[in-house]
Amino acid sequence: MLNYHFDWSIITSGKYFDWLVSGLKTTLEISAVGIVGAFLIGLLIAVLKMSHFAPLRWAASAYLEFFRNTPLLVQIFFWYFGSYKILPAAVNDWLNNTNFEFAAAVLALTIYTSAFIAEDIRSGILSIPKEQMEAARSAGFSYLRSMQYIILPQAVRITVPPLVNQFLNLVKNSSLAMTIGVMEITYQARQVESYTFKGFEAFTAATVVYLTLSVTITAAMEFYNRRVLNPQRG
Amino acid sequence: MDFQVIADNFTYFMIGRYPNGPLGGLGLTLYLAVVSCILSFFGGLILGLLSLSRIAVIRYPINALINAVRGLPLLMVIFWMYFLLPAVLGKPVPESRTVIAALTIFTSAYMSQIVRAGIEGIPKGQVEAALSTGLKPWHAMLYIVLPQGMRNMIPSFVNQFVSLIKDTSLAFIVGVSEITHVGTQVNNRTMAYPTEIFIFIAAVYFIVCFAFTSFSRWLEGRLAWRKSI
Repeated sequence: MLNYHFDWSIITSGKYFDWLVSGLKTTLEISAVGIVGAFLIGLLIAVLKMSHFAPLRWAASAYLEFFRNTPLLVQIFFWYFGSYKILPAAVNDWLNNTNFEFAAAVLALTIYTSAFIAEDIRSGILSIPKEQMEAARSAGFSYLRSMQYIILPQAVRITVPPLVNQFLNLVKNSSLAMTIGVMEITYQARQVESYTFKGFEAFTAATVVYLTLSVTITAAMEFYNRRVLNPQRG
Repeated sequence: MDFQVIADNFTYFMIGRYPNGPLGGLGLTLYLAVVSCILSFFGGLILGLLSLSRIAVIRYPINALINAVRGLPLLMVIFWMYFLLPAVLGKPVPESRTVIAALTIFTSAYMSQIVRAGIEGIPKGQVEAALSTGLKPWHAMLYIVLPQGMRNMIPSFVNQFVSLIKDTSLAFIVGVSEITHVGTQVNNRTMAYPTEIFIFIAAVYFIVCFAFTSFSRWLEGRLAWRKSI
């Protein structure tokens, strides 16, 4: 280690810098698509889990338990290597003509994250006192309109911090996409390392990127907690 | 779908080439998880206590370290260990040790948050009462606060163990032959049954993890019940 010759220039300019930047772009792309998808599916599962129709509740629970209790890596491998046998031929054709690595990684991350988000949304909705719903109903709102105008606007405010946290997890988890060849930031750091043998520099670059993202997002969340959730405390 | 491939390789999935070779498969997965869990229990306890220290010179760097590790993907920690351990120790390190080191550092950071929350959940009056009976602050923590806090921490520790079991799948990346690695190996050898193999592996993880998740829920319920009487 003492003989190691540091050369930071390789990661601050030129070809390898471009690789790392394109890796960061891919990481952000996966995370952005993933969080939108995971939010929508998570919302649906949360609603199903609170349904009055028992089989829907059971289906939602099975979904939640299964995807939360299996490793993300295995889920990625399943979608990447194994999904062709259970998907319709038309979908397989379409997938083979797109960037399949990217699609499989996004699909796996979306489904994995949605299972965590569903619980966050559900506990957000359950945290709204049930008198709110009763008051809305007695004021003449239908169930759906009460949800839309009274419950959800309040629940969303409470659910934002855990959702942001899940987004942060998604950014970190997207590093696993490298195992199926998606060229995100960890993949590119590894590429730079194997081309230049400058592992310390390459992994420092990726580490700095992840830490910057997490520090920024955490700071934004704390700002939100202070200003929006507890405004009276300044 | 044809699950014959699972039946043919079942022992290999469960214990690898053991006892005629090294332990692998599910056995190695559980070994990695249990060893890392024990180590990170102590790591988390130490980090958690230090992060609550009244001495700022200790508290700030420890909190910075904890937050840095929590801001990184586990994969990144594994790569760092893969590079740093041989350089620092000056000799090659077996892959499974590398993974245990990475899992321990990573999980300790999360465990420290559990320890911290557990300690902060104990009413201040307990410490004050302990100090006024003449106990030293250190003894008050050890004999009064920790034993009570520990009880509330147990369900979270079990949940963390479940995460750890899932996280051992990343040992695949440095070539440790735990069950995910065995799955890709059998898949590469047989070629035709990826769907069956990965469904089977997911099911194995699910059975193990769901058992512990349910255990943790049961514990939580029991603790809530104990508190209510």
